[in-house]
Amino acid sequence: MNTISEAFLLSLQMMAQLDPELLRIIGLSLRVSLTAVIIGSIIGLPLGALLALTRFPGRDACIVVLNACMGLPPVVVGLVVYLILSRSGPLGTLGWLFTPAGMVMAQVVLITPIVAALSRQTVADLWVEYEEQLRSLGLTPMKAIATLLWDGRYSLTTAVFAGFGRAIAEVGAIIIVGGNINGFTRTMTTAISLETSRGDLALAMALGIVLLAIAISINAAATAAGNAARRRQGA
Amino acid sequence: MNRRHLLGLAAGFALALSSTPTLAQDKFIVVASTTSTEQSGLFGHILPAFTKKTGIQVRVVAQGTGQALKTGEQGNADVVFVHDPVAEQKFVDAGFGIDRRLVMYNDFVIVGPKSDPARVANTKDVVAAYKKIAAAKAPFASRGDSSGTHAAELRLWKEADIDVKTAGAGWYRETGSGMGPTLNTASGMNAYAFTDRGTWLSFKNRGDLVIAVQGDVRLFNQYGVMLVNPARHAHVKVAEGKAFMDWITSKEGQDAIATYKIEGEQLFFPNYKPGVNS
Repeated sequence: MNTISEAFLLSLQMMAQLDPELLRIIGLSLRVSLTAVIIGSIIGLPLGALLALTRFPGRDACIVVLNACMGLPPVVVGLVVYLILSRSGPLGTLGWLFTPAGMVMAQVVLITPIVAALSRQTVADLWVEYEEQLRSLGLTPMKAIATLLWDGRYSLTTAVFAGFGRAIAEVGAIIIVGGNINGFTRTMTTAISLETSRGDLALAMALGIVLLAIAISINAAATAAGNAARRRQGA
Repeated sequence: MNRRHLLGLAAGFALALSSTPTLAQDKFIVVASTTSTEQSGLFGHILPAFTKKTGIQVRVVAQGTGQALKTGEQGNADVVFVHDPVAEQKFVDAGFGIDRRLVMYNDFVIVGPKSDPARVANTKDVVAAYKKIAAAKAPFASRGDSSGTHAAELRLWKEADIDVKTAGAGWYRETGSGMGPTLNTASGMNAYAFTDRGTWLSFKNRGDLVIAVQGDVRLFNQYGVMLVNPARHAHVKVAEGKAFMDWITSKEGQDAIATYKIEGEQLFFPNYKPGVNS
C-alpha cells in the first residue's frame, strides 16, 4: 500500500478512536490558535479601522509596512519572540519560553498584521459608502470606528478567518518558542514535523489530514453561525 | 450573534486558556536534550518512572547538542543532556554548567544504499570508509547543524584528512537539519549518512538504506548530563534538577536505560561511574 492511501486509512482510524494523546494535541493547537486569534482581532480590527479612517503624515508608509507584515516569516517571528522570552532576554522573568503562553504571543505577532491589513481594506470600502451619513450624524472618530466595525462584521470575519488559518497552520514560530515538548507544547503542526523527521511519513500525513478536517469543521461552523445570525436579522 | 455573545465567547476562551495549562504541573524541570534521545523514544520509555517516583514532570526540548548547550547557557533549561564530550567540557569550564556526569553511550554507524557505490560495506575502519566514499564521490548527506553527531562526523573527516568544504563539491550535501530529516534526505537521494544507531533503529523511512559501516571504536558516542549553573541563573531548579541527575545515574535509572529496546535491540548502554567524568 502506498503512503498516501495508508495515511488516509490511518487518519480515519484516528478520528474514530479519538486517542487521548491525539485529543490533547488537538486541544492545545486549538487553544493556542484561537486565543491568538481573539487577542490578534482585539488589537487588529480597531487598528485596521483606525488606519482606514484617519489621515496623518506617514499613513501610506504605515499601510505599506502593515501589508508587508502579512508575510512575516514565522521562523523569524519565532526567533525574535524566543530572544525576548529567553531568560537572558527582556521578558525572561515571565518564564514563558517553552510554554503555551509564549506560543500564543508568537502567533499574536503573526496574526495581528493580517487581521489589521484586511480589516483596513474592508472598513475603507465601507467608509466610502457611509462617510456622508456618519458625518451628518456628527459621530466622534471612536464612535465611527465602532459603528463601521459592527456594520462590517460579516465581511470582517474573512479577516479573522485568515488570521486563524495562518495560526493553526504555522509551525515555524511555535516549534522554536514552544520547544515541541511532549504532552505540554506539542501541537498538530509540531507533531507532524516530528513524525516526518522520524521517517513515519504515513503517520505525519494522517495527522495532516486530521488537522485539515478540523480547520474545515471550524470554518464551516463559523460560517453557519454567521448565516444564522444574518437570517435572524433579515439582512 | 450579538455583542454580548461575542464577549461571552471571548471570556470563555480566555478562561479555557488560563485554567488548563497549569494543572498539577507545578513541579517540573526543563531538560535541553538532543534529537537522538527524544526521537529514538528513550525519554518516553524512562521518564514515566522518574515522574511517578518524584512527582517531577520533565519537559524535554529536543535540539542539536550545539543548540541545547546554548539553551542551557542562556538559562532556558535546568538540565542539559547531550552527547559531545569536548563541547560539554568547554561548557563546564566556562562556568555555564556544573556537576557533569557520564550517563550512557551508544554508537554511530554509517548507513548507505544497498548497492554500495563506494564499496564500504563490512569495512570496520571508519576512516578508510570515508576515504573510499570521497574517492568515489558517492553522495553523502551531512547534518551540517553543529549538533553532537555533526561534530563527531567532522572529526572523522579530519582524521581521514579530507576537507569536505573544498573536496566535497557535488557529492557532500549539508542538510542543515536534524538526524531524522537528514536520513529522509539520504533515503531520498540514496546517499551515505552518518547517524547514531538509536535514531537509525527507530527510523521508518529507510528506503534502500542499510548499515554499511559499524563497530569501529572511533564510533563510540558518549552522553553526559549536567546542571545549568545556578550561580549564573538563580531561577534554575537545583533540587529538582539534581533529583533527575541522581535518578538517571542510579541503578534504577541505569536499568531503565538498558531495558529500552527496539525490535529486540538495545539502543543505549548505561555507563555511569561515580567520580568519572571523562
